[in-house]
Amino acid sequence: MSILTTAPAPRIAVLALQGGVAEHVAMLESLGAEALVVRSPRSLAAAAADGLVLPGGESSTVDRLLRRFGMREPLIELLDGGLPVLGTCAGLITLAEVIRDPAPGQQSLGLIPMTVRRNAFGRQVDSATETLDSALGPVKAAFIRAPEVVSVRAGVEILARRGTGVDGDGPIVAVGTGQAIALSFHPELTGDTTFHGEFLRRVRAAKLDGVQGR
Amino acid sequence: MALMTQTALDSTPATGSPLLKRGLAEMLKGGVIMDVVTAEQARIAEDAGAVAVMALERVPADIRAQGGVARMSDPDLIDQIVESVSIPVMAKARIGHFVEAQVLQELGVDYIDESEVLSPADYVNHIDKHSFTVPFVCGATNLGEALRRLAEGAAMIRSKGEAGTGDVSEATKHIRTIRKQIADLQATFRANPDELFVAAKELQAPYDIVREVAETGKLPVVLFTAGGVATPADAAMMMQLGADGVFVGSGIFKSGDPARRAEAIVAATAQYDDPAAIAQASRGLGEAMVGINVGDLPAPHRLAERGW
Repeated sequence: MSILTTAPAPRIAVLALQGGVAEHVAMLESLGAEALVVRSPRSLAAAAADGLVLPGGESSTVDRLLRRFGMREPLIELLDGGLPVLGTCAGLITLAEVIRDPAPGQQSLGLIPMTVRRNAFGRQVDSATETLDSALGPVKAAFIRAPEVVSVRAGVEILARRGTGVDGDGPIVAVGTGQAIALSFHPELTGDTTFHGEFLRRVRAAKLDGVQGR
Repeated sequence: MALMTQTALDSTPATGSPLLKRGLAEMLKGGVIMDVVTAEQARIAEDAGAVAVMALERVPADIRAQGGVARMSDPDLIDQIVESVSIPVMAKARIGHFVEAQVLQELGVDYIDESEVLSPADYVNHIDKHSFTVPFVCGATNLGEALRRLAEGAAMIRSKGEAGTGDVSEATKHIRTIRKQIADLQATFRANPDELFVAAKELQAPYDIVREVAETGKLPVVLFTAGGVATPADAAMMMQLGADGVFVGSGIFKSGDPARRAEAIVAATAQYDDPAAIAQASRGLGEAMVGINVGDLPAPHRLAERGW
């Protein structure tokens, strides 16, 4: 947040309806971004954000609140306009085109052409920390009742798998498109800034190109 | 007592660390955890947007009304509830009853509540929660009690309130007490850090944890509020007083229209700082649970006084 830097800090909206919001805010600020918590259509609009973070939490709860508070449509509109986005855990589920095992009536925003499965690695006693051999190098990951990406379609790059490198056959746990990064796990809990750093690099690049939507 | 030691991270998956135990609670923040006694109620809670359910045989209001010894629920009931929803399932063990806790871990519940709502099994010791893979939430009426539970390995704290009453006044007292004691500790740390040794003695809690709280000005785990929350405004007040989320026990399924009330409490908890949103959530909910004023409860029936 140095005032000596020439470019203004990127403004990142963090969806704060429910879940692990503070950890993302702290990590984004440590990387020089301005984090703005949003929990209503009004605060989302006022943020005039350069990027969006969808944190972990309960994806069924977040979906319900997005619809109840009228935030689903404005979010889809921003994403359709190209707004860069980072989703972790529940955020990954929210970004998926298809949820294989949704809670009754659960919807997603459908941005990333992939199919996901919730609680894919078991219950809380199976939650685990692990170092991943990701496309961006080693990443310390915390999987907490985590989802997996069952399949991806055209335009989606696999960024990490569990237990193998990205070219292996382990379950897919990180993906990217030009616009989005989605992770099954919580780097914001382990303090690993690899993916947040990459996300902010993309946000800054999009801002320079002036291609991000408003 | 290395509470917040980062677990060694390597390519072999590691389970049961404080980071993972506390991490699940972090993901529940801003949410409502609802007591349910049947699979049907669990589905209503999930549909309403609960972040987790607490599987029980009787809600606290019924435990209070029916009396007798209250114990861990039948594993069949817990299994049915685990099967019926995709959100995390919590279940209660009696204070000090480490075998009930072993059973609950075996059943695959996601969190164990070592709870004063059930009859205590040990009037001296709480469960050694470090020895479990599954995380624990424990009740506290004040900071010292909360820190003793953390020393024993709790990964989440809930202020106790007075369960099964529908009277929120004890919940208010406990969250205010904990927050004030944290603020006092932080002030002591800034002005006279050498007084923290005596503060630890007075709080009857280990010095290292007392110092951590004094330095950071907050608990190292998530703090929810419980006990007597019955309306959207009750839930929002707990959030404005600094809770990270709320447990609602009897308040939902002892009310006139549980599905609607559950959804309203979820909405008010999420937008707790927006009076217009809380007003909207409070409309047309039907009858709230009748409740009991805590002042009318004779001392032996006050659950919050269980635990030490």
